[in-house]
Amino acid sequence: MLRTASWPRWGRTLLARGLGSRRGGSAPDQNGKVSEIKKKIQSVLPGGAWNPLYDTSYLPPEHSDVVIVGGGVIGLSVAYWLKRLEKPRGAIRVLVYSRASTVLSVGGIRQQFSVPENIQLSLFSIEFLRNINEYLAVVDDPPLDIQFNPSGYLLLASEKGAALMESNVKVQRQEGAKVCLMSPEQLRNKFPWINTEGVALASYGMEHEGWFDPWCLLQGLRRKVQSMGVLFCHGEVTRFISSSNHMETRSGEEVTLKRIHEVHVKVDHSLEYQPVECAIVINAAGAWSGQIAQLAGIGKGPPGTLQGTKLPVEPRKRYVYVWHCPQGPGLETPFVIDPSGVYFRREGLGNNYLGGCSPTEEEEPDPGNLEVDHDFFQDKVWPSLAQRVPAFETLKARSSWAGYYDYNTFDQNGVVGPHPLVINMYFATGFSGHGLQQAPAVGRAVAEMVLQGHFQTIDLSPFLFSRFYLGEKVQEHNIV
Amino acid sequence: MAAPRAPLHLVAPRWNAGTRGIRGLSRAAAPEGNQKKGRSLLQFLADRFYDVQALREYLLRKQAWKMHQKNRPFTYIRERYGPYAAGAYFILKLGGAVKFQGKEWIRSNARGHFSLDFLKLQTVPVEAVDASGCAVNYQGLDSLLALKELQVLWLQRCPHVDDWCLSRLHPLASSLQELSLAGCPKISERGLACLHHLQNLRKLDISDLPAVSNPGLTQILVEEMLPDCKVVGADWARGLKVGQEEQYQDITSPIPA
Repeated sequence: MLRTASWPRWGRTLLARGLGSRRGGSAPDQNGKVSEIKKKIQSVLPGGAWNPLYDTSYLPPEHSDVVIVGGGVIGLSVAYWLKRLEKPRGAIRVLVYSRASTVLSVGGIRQQFSVPENIQLSLFSIEFLRNINEYLAVVDDPPLDIQFNPSGYLLLASEKGAALMESNVKVQRQEGAKVCLMSPEQLRNKFPWINTEGVALASYGMEHEGWFDPWCLLQGLRRKVQSMGVLFCHGEVTRFISSSNHMETRSGEEVTLKRIHEVHVKVDHSLEYQPVECAIVINAAGAWSGQIAQLAGIGKGPPGTLQGTKLPVEPRKRYVYVWHCPQGPGLETPFVIDPSGVYFRREGLGNNYLGGCSPTEEEEPDPGNLEVDHDFFQDKVWPSLAQRVPAFETLKARSSWAGYYDYNTFDQNGVVGPHPLVINMYFATGFSGHGLQQAPAVGRAVAEMVLQGHFQTIDLSPFLFSRFYLGEKVQEHNIV
Repeated sequence: MAAPRAPLHLVAPRWNAGTRGIRGLSRAAAPEGNQKKGRSLLQFLADRFYDVQALREYLLRKQAWKMHQKNRPFTYIRERYGPYAAGAYFILKLGGAVKFQGKEWIRSNARGHFSLDFLKLQTVPVEAVDASGCAVNYQGLDSLLALKELQVLWLQRCPHVDDWCLSRLHPLASSLQELSLAGCPKISERGLACLHHLQNLRKLDISDLPAVSNPGLTQILVEEMLPDCKVVGADWARGLKVGQEEQYQDITSPIPA
């Protein structure tokens, strides 16, 4: 036994001496060669990345600690905060990236919400954006310019909504947002181009509100996250391999807990897939999170039970139109939201504006493609715009695009946190159009949940998955 | 990034040490003299890449900490002597100048020293602040915004004043009459858009802003936005070509006078 214990040590010294005893190259040169040979041997052994038969560098790696499904701003934000808040462990993350709605967003950020948690999320996100060059600094790369327009949001309310708006503003002021209420006369004084007919009250955000370039934020996050060591890959998640455990709760009920072991990632335009072993899966797939949840078996069960509760997030198509109006509102135009749901904002210096409207439930367009319906602008958006801003009667539509909302059909607020039954799947989705403005804060909250098991800075327990089963709606009234 | 010294291959290396010498393959180009010293310094630094990176990150953090210290809130002075004295102390410490109502300009001398007499003026409001070239940033504006009767604010050539800072100026709307932002490198037209809160502004200087994309057009838009204010800055005709104007004149004027 003693001999076997000493043999490895003896063997290693023999090896080292064997290589070192060669006459010829000097010590520093030798060390370089030895380390190169050792690296090569390590890559050949199982677990390394060398494959003698064919090149597999385009496939995701075989093992990863955390797999984030979804490479938009929320997924990248979760990856950033995970890497930033982890105790130095160097855990590998893998991102499965298929499509992102982030860059199609209008890019606004506001604190005028009715739910206090939403206000806190926005407040942290604006602080993140203000100090973006400290958070996302990469050595030797140029600083980021997200082109923030601090022009604020102007929400208009009719007689019906005035009382609700007042109570919302009170909540917002309590949380620290700088919002002021304006009467129709004050509105006319400040913005002479508004027609205040039908407006009883308006709330105007003075600070920390405005719009910015979402593409720049995404690129900045991606650059920083890559420099922190997160791996990116393109592909589609086709399958989850999981195992189940039948457990009993304290009251004697039978519960089946699932644990995901592998994620099968299919490469684009090919039938090839790679099984990625992982410990934690984060569902940040935006509009397609419902499908991902279904793949994990969430919602397969008798309706009304926890097993049968599906993730109520589905893609909803929204249009954004760009128009030009030479006599339109000037430089001071905030992001205006009409009581009818129509919104618009200034774009650039050339009298261009962009805006849109959320259709009613009956008029929901088919989310199968991203084709724009121009009749919707003619019939629904333009009349309301012209009524609110008379100068817009002579506007000329320039272009348009469509994007997806990850619409939460239950209460239009995000789903954050773990699933009660599939214990290693975490959600960060369902923000129904305000995901971009809450992404940095949500990323931090999910990272805290994953690393510490509870929310530390902002308490998002009202946004957990269990509210779908318990029926507790966290209704957000100020959704555009 | 330095090029790899030798390609990675599993061939037995050649051990003919005689001609190679101590440096091995890195001697292949045979540098001499100064070049050799330069190369070995670079090699030294390249070998310690992560140490150099950590040093650079430390220096960056130290710079950010210094800025943070300069812009800290002077809460003790504020509680003891009032907000006007705290704001004045903040500006004088950064190297600017302050004018109290009815008094002369107080400025720090070349060494950064200034007299503390103004601490006795606890109820006299500050009328004008000259923060030209000072390192005021978003946090530092806290001290300035407490000066409720400020009429003149000069922020010329401030390197850290950006659009976010401009959006913070709205509490001074009732009193501010003159604002100068000339030469600030970080201000763009997006920040100028939120100056419309300052309804009492009579003189605004927006000359020489390098981050503004279209100075002439911005000048026109700001003039429209603040009708009572005299906006000094870019000449709106600067971008227009002279040749086109002459052509236009030729067509319209029938007979040369």
